[in-house]
Amino acid sequence: MNTLLFLVLQLALALVLAPLLPGIINRVKAIVAGRRGKPLLQTYYDLARLLGKGEVISTTTSWVFCTGPVIALATVICALPLLPLAGQPSPCAFDGDFLLAAYLLGLGRFAIILAALDTGSSFEGMGASREATFSALAEPVLFLALLVLVALSLEPPQALQATKPPELSFSALLGGHAALAWQDGRAELLLIPAIFFVLLLVENCRMPVDDPTTHLELTMIHEVMVLDHSGPTLACIVYGAALKLWFFVALITALVLPPMPFWQHLGASLVLMFGLAVGVGVVESVMARLRLPVIPRLLAGALTLAALSLILTLVR
Amino acid sequence: MNTLFATLIFLILVNNILLLAAFRLPSLIRLIAFQGICLAALLFCEQHLLLACAVLLIKGLLLPGLLLRTIKRLPINTDLRPRLHQGLGIVAGMTGLIFALWLETRLAIQPGLFPPLLLPAGLTTLFCGLILVVGRSTALAQVMGYLVAENGIFVLGIPLMSANTVWFELALLLDIFVAVFVMGIAINHIVETFESIDVDGFRSLRD
Repeated sequence: MNTLLFLVLQLALALVLAPLLPGIINRVKAIVAGRRGKPLLQTYYDLARLLGKGEVISTTTSWVFCTGPVIALATVICALPLLPLAGQPSPCAFDGDFLLAAYLLGLGRFAIILAALDTGSSFEGMGASREATFSALAEPVLFLALLVLVALSLEPPQALQATKPPELSFSALLGGHAALAWQDGRAELLLIPAIFFVLLLVENCRMPVDDPTTHLELTMIHEVMVLDHSGPTLACIVYGAALKLWFFVALITALVLPPMPFWQHLGASLVLMFGLAVGVGVVESVMARLRLPVIPRLLAGALTLAALSLILTLVR
Repeated sequence: MNTLFATLIFLILVNNILLLAAFRLPSLIRLIAFQGICLAALLFCEQHLLLACAVLLIKGLLLPGLLLRTIKRLPINTDLRPRLHQGLGIVAGMTGLIFALWLETRLAIQPGLFPPLLLPAGLTTLFCGLILVVGRSTALAQVMGYLVAENGIFVLGIPLMSANTVWFELALLLDIFVAVFVMGIAINHIVETFESIDVDGFRSLRD
């Protein structure tokens, strides 16, 4: 496919549809709780409202405070084109691009943490500390899961040898190897989407790890860091969070779907992505927030399953 | 059938890790029941129908039911209070898996006798049972560890089941049932006498 067309389509889909995901999650939570809920397009309205507002900036802050959210948004937008679209390898793919994607997201988080620390508020320092801790714990899980995919892609199945993207890129790792391998009875690979789902919940501050609705400072992680932001910078944060959610959902979708013709694959991807958002909503409705000391246990469990999956993949 | 077999072996491996990670007695019992069901399904794949039904009945239903009933009748705390930290237990289990995988490459077994991964799965189950016996301080959890270890031996025996050994395995299954039954009664009596089934209590015994 034409490179330019591919990039335009991929970015347009992500940039336009990403704010729909939080809307779906909130709607599912409302329906499960027996309420009618916010409109599906609420995040778009919020973004428009926030962009039209002025901004209140504390006098203790420096330029870091305003650049943090912008960097966070920019890094997610840079990470998005590295993902394959509907089974087609990305034109930006190169060996090791998953490292770039992981650390682009890390850079965004770092910028938000710096912005939170820059306010000099003790609450935001606490949130920043928690965010740094949990993301540091999530990182080995992410890389171990990616390592499983790398081990798997070293012996590509016959069906995929025709279209050959660079070896160690997202496009090669997510190109449907896992889906084809399940059909050979390699059930250990079923763990990988589950692990990525846990990572999605952790990285996007969703329910069992962090409560995105509460404003009780003692329990918050992400929300407490952005308390001082308002107006356009808060819009950057909200939009960046939606795009990050889109990134992880797209990652899981690309991993799960087997190779298909382009348009079918695109349709199936979108359906599955919104289905995953519904899944996140259901998880948020049925689970209580975990106590903070329990969260490392959740991540350790994911790490163990990733290690098991890696061992079994290497053995076969 | 092959896909189902591979999936079942994988489920047994994941179940082993979960057994080591369990925090409470009832969840441990549920996992053991699930392991029994997996074993029955493995036998079903290997077309030992009679034994599969017996295993499903005894390991999947009767033994977990017996254990659950014992827990309900005992005035005990269902927290496991591990002597060995759960995380350490899991690391030990993973080490056991790696050791079993290494052992499979070293053993001179007749090729084709064991389906892929069956031997490591059986050995890992055995190790996990032993870790449970060593690492948990209540007597009931140790009984369960014994059951898991026995399940491991059972998995190792599956490829060796020609027509005659099925009867042998069946007899063994009944023996284990009786053993756990007796242990249940014994633990009941222990609780009546000492008000605790924590084996750490033995340390305070004097002659």
